[in-house]
Amino acid sequence: MSEIAISANNLTKKYGEITAVNGLSFEIKKAELFGFIGPDGAGKTTLFRILSTLLLPDSGNATLAGFDVVNDYKKIRNIIGYMPGRFSLYQDLSVEENLKFFATIFGTTIKENYELIKDIYIQIEPFKTRPAGKLSGGMKQKLALCCALIHKPEVLVLDEPTTGVDAVSRKEFWEMLKRLKESGITIIVSTPYMDEAGLCDRVSLIQGGNIMSTDTPANIIKAFNKTLFAVKSHEMYRLMQDLHEWDATETTYLFGQHIHLTIQKGNKSEIAAFLTDKQHKEVEIQEIEPNIEDSFMRLMSKH
Amino acid sequence: MRIILYLLQKEFTQIFRNKTMLPIIFVMPLVQLLVLSFAATFEMKNIKINITDNDHSSTSRALIGKFQGSAFYTIVNYSDAYKVAEKDLKTNKADMILQLPSGFERQLLKENKAKLQITINAINGSAAGLMNAYTFSIIKDFNRNLIIETYGTEMEMPIQSSTLYWFNPELNYKTYMVPGILVLLITIIAMFVSSMNIVREKEIGTIEQINVTPIHKYQFIAGKLFPFWIIAMFELAFGLLMAKIIFSLPILGNLGVIFSVASIYILAVLGIGLFVSTISNTQQQAMFIAWFFMLVFIMMSGLFTPVESMPQWAQQFNIINPVAYFIKVMRMVLLKGSGFADILIQIVSLFIYAILALSLAVGLYRKKN
Repeated sequence: MSEIAISANNLTKKYGEITAVNGLSFEIKKAELFGFIGPDGAGKTTLFRILSTLLLPDSGNATLAGFDVVNDYKKIRNIIGYMPGRFSLYQDLSVEENLKFFATIFGTTIKENYELIKDIYIQIEPFKTRPAGKLSGGMKQKLALCCALIHKPEVLVLDEPTTGVDAVSRKEFWEMLKRLKESGITIIVSTPYMDEAGLCDRVSLIQGGNIMSTDTPANIIKAFNKTLFAVKSHEMYRLMQDLHEWDATETTYLFGQHIHLTIQKGNKSEIAAFLTDKQHKEVEIQEIEPNIEDSFMRLMSKH
Repeated sequence: MRIILYLLQKEFTQIFRNKTMLPIIFVMPLVQLLVLSFAATFEMKNIKINITDNDHSSTSRALIGKFQGSAFYTIVNYSDAYKVAEKDLKTNKADMILQLPSGFERQLLKENKAKLQITINAINGSAAGLMNAYTFSIIKDFNRNLIIETYGTEMEMPIQSSTLYWFNPELNYKTYMVPGILVLLITIIAMFVSSMNIVREKEIGTIEQINVTPIHKYQFIAGKLFPFWIIAMFELAFGLLMAKIIFSLPILGNLGVIFSVASIYILAVLGIGLFVSTISNTQQQAMFIAWFFMLVFIMMSGLFTPVESMPQWAQQFNIINPVAYFIKVMRMVLLKGSGFADILIQIVSLFIYAILALSLAVGLYRKKN
């Protein structure tokens, strides 16, 4: 059993009538890359703000590196690197000035921890005199990550770091996180992109303030334990409606060009028979491997 | 301390890099000083007068001549009927009507007294009062000449009075206004600009990032307020220099006294600015709230209208009006040459004010919620 870096116990936060975070409990190990995957409004940002000591929970408690987020918030602020979902650096200060600013207020210097950020900083160094506001989206993320890392934090909290960033920069970003993890930093990251779940060591699927499942991406997919079909026909809209109304249907939802379908029992030929009966033409039915999003949809229909 | 110094450096870098902030701090005050000092005048020139002379005598003409000769009046129309003159007043062609009834001269000669009528547009009450005062003094002067002509000698009044205007012998309104306007300028910097600066960090989200750092509340606040303290002090010095050069503002008292009180006053106003920033989330909100405080404080401070003419409750309100204290100090020290001992009440009040405002605002400022 390795060391626990972050643990939460029954964390709850309400905004008036709305429960943003509903009795969440989890444990995250040291040097783990842990993802919270869920759609907008699932409670990811609220949870991260509680863990970053910016928000007080209504009930429950959480610890980071053994420090309580409510009582020991001052200690936590020394060991945490937080990157809010919105770009929150000084747009009118240059890349270098921003970095120097955060180094100074953490009582350190760029030089002292340069090793940690070197790989990332090298990519934005050619633009170090440019105001942060004039950087591209991917560059901004890199700078924000550098600023969050400059004091060598034990825990890195990244709230939707890849939202609004292009596919190439996203990929690069995840590679950077992998390398950081190897240097012993615990990283928690939230994302609405299901395809990024596979890049984490473990993930929690979160929806409506509840954790639906916490496991490794592979195990979450394994837990799907149903045959998943991808169905297509010449009339997709009617196909969707027909499958919805079919008694045998368990879950059905549109997924790209296909409709993903699980049925209570039976196999491919029964689906084909049903669709022929409904006069669908150019019908394609394939058995496919489920991915995280399928697991998410399945869990959601259960909750 | 190193962190505070660095915060200051960062703050100044940002202020000097901001293309809208620089004119707000350096050009706006100068324009305000020039415009307000000339515009906020208690003198009236070019009063538009309509003269209805139904008498057509040498006396009436002589009186009209007095008005013609005065720099304060412009005769816009002569009419024969009062009804016609009234129309001028209604259509804003004239500000006042001087009506000399027929038989004006005859009555004056026969009975030694005559009547005339003055009609004034009193939509602006204080302007009407001024017009009345000017007209009264012209007629008084005319009366004196009549007495001399009639009796060959000036009549001796039982009580003779002579007025000396102390501290502002020529009743120069600029001497009176400029110290107050300087207060207005540094108040804008310390209240408006500072509160908007802090709220900006909220608006662009940087405060979020700052809050998750071990930086202390007092460091952050000091780093935020001190630059504006320096700018406001600089602005006061700059304003005084401009006032001396442009308006030959008399500086009778010790400038050291002015700057010591200013240093306390600015702290008090910064406290209000910080308070405004804690209760608002956007720069717009901050601006409207600061504007609210500003307007009330300025209007009641005695900058434009004397505090003594306000109702009792309004005079008492000024106990919590820092602007009133400092305007009073500025006028007393600059025009009268008062020293520390004379303005002790104001100094102590401002000192208490600064402590209360700052501790309230700092108490309300939260790094988390």
